[in-house]
Amino acid sequence: MIVALSATAIVVLALLWEISMPWIERRLDARRQLRERRRAGDVGAAYDPGRERRAEQRARELLKSCVNEEEWAMYRDLGFLRVWGGQSDPDGPAELRGIDYAYLVYPHKPIVAYLPQTGRLLNEYCVEFPDETRPYGSPRLPDSDDVLAKWMALNGDERRIIAEANLHLPGRQIDPRQIERDLWRLGRWERERLARALRAGGGDPQRQAEPADG
Amino acid sequence: MKFLRMRPGFGEQLIAEGDVEVAEEEQALIEEFRRQLDQGMWAAVPTMSRGGRREAELVRAFDDIPRDTSRVIFFPRAAGGAE
Repeated sequence: MIVALSATAIVVLALLWEISMPWIERRLDARRQLRERRRAGDVGAAYDPGRERRAEQRARELLKSCVNEEEWAMYRDLGFLRVWGGQSDPDGPAELRGIDYAYLVYPHKPIVAYLPQTGRLLNEYCVEFPDETRPYGSPRLPDSDDVLAKWMALNGDERRIIAEANLHLPGRQIDPRQIERDLWRLGRWERERLARALRAGGGDPQRQAEPADG
Repeated sequence: MKFLRMRPGFGEQLIAEGDVEVAEEEQALIEEFRRQLDQGMWAAVPTMSRGGRREAELVRAFDDIPRDTSRVIFFPRAAGGAE
C-alpha cells in the first residue's frame, strides 16, 4: 500500500514538474530581461505622470530664478521665450553687423531665428540636450529645463550652441504660420505689458516690452 | 557654492555643495566639476550684468567660475536634433 502511494506521489510530482517547467522558464526569462533592461537604463515602462509633473514644477522654479522677470512672464503667458541675438554688434560677423535679430525658444522644439523688425524667419536650429544616463528611461529633460538650457547656452556661448545645432530652413519642424501667430501674440503681449507699466506709472518698461514684433 | 544638475524625471538635483574658501571643500568641488564635464555635461553660471539683467556664462574650467557664484548648473551638452 505504501509503495503504491509513494509511486503515485512520484508520478504526480513528475507530472506537475513537467507542467510547471515552461511557466518557471518564462518567469525566469522575464526576470532576466528586466534585469538587463535595468542595467541598460531602459525602464520606460515605469512612466509616472506625477513624477514628471513634480520634475516640471522644479524646472519651472529653476527657470524663474535664472531668467529676467519679463522673460519669465513671457514663458508663463505665451509658452516660449524670445532671446536677442548677440552677434549684431559692430564687432560681430559682417552679415549681422547692425541688424537686430532674435530667437524664439520653445520646449523640445527647434530654436527659430528671425528678424524682429520685419518678422522674417531666418533659420531653424534643431538642438537637443539628451541625458543618456536616462534615469527613468527617457533622455528628455523637463520642458522648462530644456528652455533654460537653451537660454543659458544662447546667453553664454551663442556660437557654440549654433555650431552644435542642425541648421534647417524655416518650416522644417515648426509650421511658419504658428510662428507668425506667436510673433503676433508676442507683439500684443508686449503692448499690453507696456500699457500696464505706463498706467502704473512705472518708468522704463525695458527693451523686452518694446512692441517690436509682429 | 552649489552644483545643480538637470536630470530627466527630476528637475534639478543638488550634486555637490561646498565653500570655495575651504581648501578641502574646494578640491571636492573641483573633482565633481571635472567628473560632470567628463560625463559630457555643460556647466553654466547664472550672472548679472552691470545693468542688472540676468545672463549666463558657460564655463569650461573650474577656474572660470566667479568665486562669489552661489550656483553652477550642469546640463547635457547640446546635440543636433531631428535630422
